[in-house]
Amino acid sequence: MAQVTLRKVVKNYEGTPAVRGIDLDIADKEFVVLVGPSGCGKSTTLRMIAGLEDITDGEVMIGGEVVNDVPPKDRNIAMVFQNYALYPHMTVYENMSFGLRLKRVARDEIARRVENAARILDIGELLQRKPKQLSGGQRQRVAMGRAIVRDPKVFLFDEPLSNLDAKLRVQMRTEIKKVVQKVRTTTVYVTHDQIEAMTLADRVVVMNAGRIEQVGTPNDLYHAPATRFVAGFIGSPAMNFLPCTLESATGGLQLRLTDALAFPVPQARIDRYRPHQSKPVLLLGLRPEHITDQRFGATANQHAFDVRIDVIEPMGIDTLVHFRVNGTEVCGRVAPATKGEPGGSMPLFADLDHMHLIEGESGRVL
Amino acid sequence: METSTIGAVRLPAAARRTTLRKLMRRKSSIAFLLTLPLITIIAALVLYPAFYSIHLATLNKSMEHFIGFGNFEFLFKRDTFWMVVRQSVVFAVSAVFFKALIGFCVAHFVHNIPAKGQRKWRGMLLVPWVIPPAMSTLAWLWLFDPSYSAFNWTLEHIGLARVSWLGDPNWARFAVILVNVWVGAPFFMIMYLAALKSVPEQLYEAAAIDGANWWQKLWYITLPMMRNVIAITALFSLIVTFANFDIVRILTSGGPVDQTHVFATWAFKVGIEGSDLPLGASISLFMFPILAIAAILILRDISRRGTEA
Amino acid sequence: MAARLGSIEGDRRKAMIWSYFFLVIFVVFFLTPPVYMLITSLKSNAEISAAVSPWWVMHPTLENYRELLTSSTYLTFFRNSAIVSVAVVLITMAVSIPAAFALSRMKFWGSATLATGVFLTYLIPETLLFIPLFKIFVFIDELTGIELVNHWWVLVILYPTLTVPFCTWLMIGYFSSIPRELDEAALIDGAGYLQILTKVFIPVALPGIIAATIFAFTVSWAQFLYPLAFITSADQLVLPVGIITTLVRGDVFTWGQIMTGALLGAAPPLIIYAFLMDYYIAGLTAGATKG
Repeated sequence: MAQVTLRKVVKNYEGTPAVRGIDLDIADKEFVVLVGPSGCGKSTTLRMIAGLEDITDGEVMIGGEVVNDVPPKDRNIAMVFQNYALYPHMTVYENMSFGLRLKRVARDEIARRVENAARILDIGELLQRKPKQLSGGQRQRVAMGRAIVRDPKVFLFDEPLSNLDAKLRVQMRTEIKKVVQKVRTTTVYVTHDQIEAMTLADRVVVMNAGRIEQVGTPNDLYHAPATRFVAGFIGSPAMNFLPCTLESATGGLQLRLTDALAFPVPQARIDRYRPHQSKPVLLLGLRPEHITDQRFGATANQHAFDVRIDVIEPMGIDTLVHFRVNGTEVCGRVAPATKGEPGGSMPLFADLDHMHLIEGESGRVL
Repeated sequence: METSTIGAVRLPAAARRTTLRKLMRRKSSIAFLLTLPLITIIAALVLYPAFYSIHLATLNKSMEHFIGFGNFEFLFKRDTFWMVVRQSVVFAVSAVFFKALIGFCVAHFVHNIPAKGQRKWRGMLLVPWVIPPAMSTLAWLWLFDPSYSAFNWTLEHIGLARVSWLGDPNWARFAVILVNVWVGAPFFMIMYLAALKSVPEQLYEAAAIDGANWWQKLWYITLPMMRNVIAITALFSLIVTFANFDIVRILTSGGPVDQTHVFATWAFKVGIEGSDLPLGASISLFMFPILAIAAILILRDISRRGTEA
Repeated sequence: MAARLGSIEGDRRKAMIWSYFFLVIFVVFFLTPPVYMLITSLKSNAEISAAVSPWWVMHPTLENYRELLTSSTYLTFFRNSAIVSVAVVLITMAVSIPAAFALSRMKFWGSATLATGVFLTYLIPETLLFIPLFKIFVFIDELTGIELVNHWWVLVILYPTLTVPFCTWLMIGYFSSIPRELDEAALIDGAGYLQILTKVFIPVALPGIIAATIFAFTVSWAQFLYPLAFITSADQLVLPVGIITTLVRGDVFTWGQIMTGALLGAAPPLIIYAFLMDYYIAGLTAGATKG
């Protein structure tokens, strides 16, 4: 069984905290993605699992055993680096078999494993080439091959797609998912790209400034973010945050955005939000896909309002409309055929069934 | 078509062609002019003398008659000559070997300490290379002095016997090699340090995960990645050490009894001090085959690296 | 939070301690001769002959320094060395920079071969050339009466053979690493080739130029063979040879003065090194890593 458990793991670099105490349980064969902005501690955490960084405090367990003092080669892990870290003077075959050769594994066993991995990754004809003769995508596959050959308990990926161009990244993302499905091993994957996180993960761990903000399935994080950070990090274009106040209105509560504009709070949420009426700083969180020009089925919670357009960005599948509410820039998504000009006005609907109310000071989603 | 665009103006086709051609000629004539001093210096003061030395070697002592291979035959019969050959080769090979070894080890030590401190240590360690060899050899001469040697004083103090550093032929050879290694090892260290730093850290991490211990990392990663620098530095140094003059001249003047002569010092003694320039030239010429082989190897290595990058 | 010594950091710390240990040993090995030079230079002749403790000065004295710095012979050596070195540096730069510019930027027929050729000449040692050069210079001297032997300016003619090939090669490397877009931007801005050289290349390649200058100066200052072969009169000698030939009178070595002379003679390169260490090292490593 290859579960990975982190208990109160802390990492300090000469007094500067990089990881401030995180707890995480990764189940056997689960694909977990650590995601967050630069400097949030995700790579450090991964490297502590790998054994490439010492653990200042806390415990890391792999397969139920504490591995804090176990060197990387004995942890039964394999790692795919951002820069592939292929040995430039060795052929692809030698690169993939290096670890096995060091362990003095029998030659035919090595051949069997390498050819098996090569088949999964479709790099069979590249085995005798050197890394400098390979393209970026091929090198990435060789790096994965090196990891597969070790038959590890845990796969670790450290931003493997960051060095590839946009198109290749999308391709390789799918490749990685296919490979991991074939090989069925516990995987911890680090990236700063939330799209990668959402598409690849069984569960996503959002990190910020050395702490875990939220752990959940991609869907959970998208629909029910726990903090403003997670709400703003997941989803592209990012969620809109509009400062507002909560006030009483006929039939319940409403969110006042400007003197002229107020959104009614959906009935189902009135009881939940009422205690927070007196809070001075509140934010309305609404994703661009929920500010649109069509009605999603007929619910009472779609509120119509007019906006003055700042910028229009046609993306083909949608058109993004940028406008301002009380100085805050807001983005909405409308059908591509909708007409609009900068400076003109456009009628939009805010789908308040999908709204989030966020406490300004703590960032907590209410 | 790549052309200089200084003041290029749109002219009718035919006129454009001649203007372009004139411009091209101008560019290459400017270029030629710029390199002319360089070519002159090299042609007049390096190439010409090099070839002239061949001619010189075929003359007799007073440089009036042509004696063909006479000088060479004379040398081949002399024991001193063969001793000089052996000494030059042994001297060069062992000195370069130890310089490379020490340079490699010290580079590793410097690489292992935190980056902030590296500069200080590197600065101190390069000092032997910075001091003009003539001056530092004088210091070594004083350290090896037959009567006042500080080393001998120390040896006696701890109960060991004095050593005749420059009087005994074997110790004299050791001394010459030691001084050469002392002067040259820092150069190797600097080169190797630069090369060590260029090996990506992630390769070592991948190797750690693959299960390599420290000497496996050295053997499978460090050395192969540094192969080019190691080869080039060694070849350079072989050439320079083989042709070394200062150290032997100052330390032993080739003695005792010609036992530490190398090509350069013996050529000087015979050619300039002995006023037999042709014979001196013939001695110098024997350095040429070895230098040529080393130069070819270096050239091949450089062009290979050029295509590899 | 207590840091537990796990495998990686523990290993690194052990490696570090061993490294410091060996580094100290090697620093002692490398610095003993210069330190000993200093110690000896502070001793009086009497103390040296007494030979009580070679490694320490009992009665330090600046007598040696005073004598040398007021000795006209020594000062002449110093002056000659300085003049020759500075002159050679200027000549070297005047030859190398334009040549490197032409060879790296202006592709003309034979430029690649010439560049390799330049590099190869660096491999021809002075110990091969000094004898034919001596003969040639003596010959020209006898033929035309231009004194090409036994004068310090002879060195100014000879030393560039040692400095120009390497400096050119060094500068070619630096110039090649300047992106072509810079030339093109300058051309669009209306600069001619000469202006590109002076206003774009030289400022951008300044580190390389400084490194080459240091190299040329250090090589000229330290040269021993050519002065030994070509110059015999004391008033034309340069430092390395001067110290040896004049401070060794017959069989009597006045070691205090010799060491002082050697130390003072080693001072200029050492001072340049101390202040410009990074450029110095850049000049060396450019050799191997720029290929």
